[in-house]
Amino acid sequence: MAGTSPAMTGASTSMTSLETVPDKPRGSGFRRGLRLGLPVAPGIMAFGLVVGAAAARQGLSFFQSMMMNFLVCSGIAQLVALEIWPHVLTWSAIVTITLLTAVVGARLFLMSVAMRPWFDQVPAWQAYTGLFFLTDATWLIAMRYRSDGGRDIAVYFGAASAIMTGWLAATGIGYFIGGFIVDPARYGFDLVMPAFFAAMLVPLWAGARRAWGWIVGGIVAVAVERLVPGWWFIVAGSITGAIAGGFFDGQDE
Amino acid sequence: MNFELGSFGTWMAILAMAAVTYAIRAGGFWLMGYVPLTRRVRSILNALPGSVVVAVILPLAVRGGTAATLAVLTALVVMALRRNDLLAVVCGMGAAALVRAF
Repeated sequence: MAGTSPAMTGASTSMTSLETVPDKPRGSGFRRGLRLGLPVAPGIMAFGLVVGAAAARQGLSFFQSMMMNFLVCSGIAQLVALEIWPHVLTWSAIVTITLLTAVVGARLFLMSVAMRPWFDQVPAWQAYTGLFFLTDATWLIAMRYRSDGGRDIAVYFGAASAIMTGWLAATGIGYFIGGFIVDPARYGFDLVMPAFFAAMLVPLWAGARRAWGWIVGGIVAVAVERLVPGWWFIVAGSITGAIAGGFFDGQDE
Repeated sequence: MNFELGSFGTWMAILAMAAVTYAIRAGGFWLMGYVPLTRRVRSILNALPGSVVVAVILPLAVRGGTAATLAVLTALVVMALRRNDLLAVVCGMGAAALVRAF
């Protein structure tokens, strides 16, 4: 089945790419990636419990739920889709769910764009396998690793494996214990991703000149969030911020 | 259009969600293959990660009230001081939990 192959090729990718680097112990990049996934693990697991519980509540079988968790692997998109999941699925309901998934996941498109300079340098099949695992968390880890000058794709697959494993474990558990879950907000678990995003600003800071993009993007994002419903503020703020930042960056060279 | 699809419908919905999500995940990278990486495009791509992060957290911090604002600020400060992302996230969560407890 298509579901199992990306994970397995992902693991073997990291091994083969490491063999071409003789001065490094085998598997070290992959292990480093696993470690980089650690800070987000509690947030992903708390979120996973909620998503697993939602799938059970909407009558999905355990197998269906786990296939969705693996193939879609987008916490917010799944939660929103399961929220409107009808009792009886019609073709029009499927179209609605699909469109909603696309809208909620739109920011992943921009993250994918930002992966180009790095994944450009690896074989296409590794890049497209890696992109299957692109989530907020793997992307943040990748961007940080890149800004530190890293280029070992095994690190990316290590982080992706850590996050996917934690996600599948938590959603699987959530499917069965859904009814007993305490409110994750009480312990601040819902703010793990915002906090991780905020922490990533520090390594991504590239000097005052680049700050223009952040200011423009930030203002646009806040304004759009006020005016337009949904998640469009991320797309609007990101694009205007990147263009502004890129424009000021190139100006005085 | 409204006949019952049953379990087949559930599978169709899951596969459709999976297909559209992968198209989005791979689409940005794929599209940039057709855009020549000039110096200007490269500097825009370099500015993109920071812009995405700012565009995600700033509205959430503004909208999310005291707990969210404090979580974001705490994580930012701890990261700037200690350069430890696990510590930053734990402190951010702790700050939010404290605010909500009182």
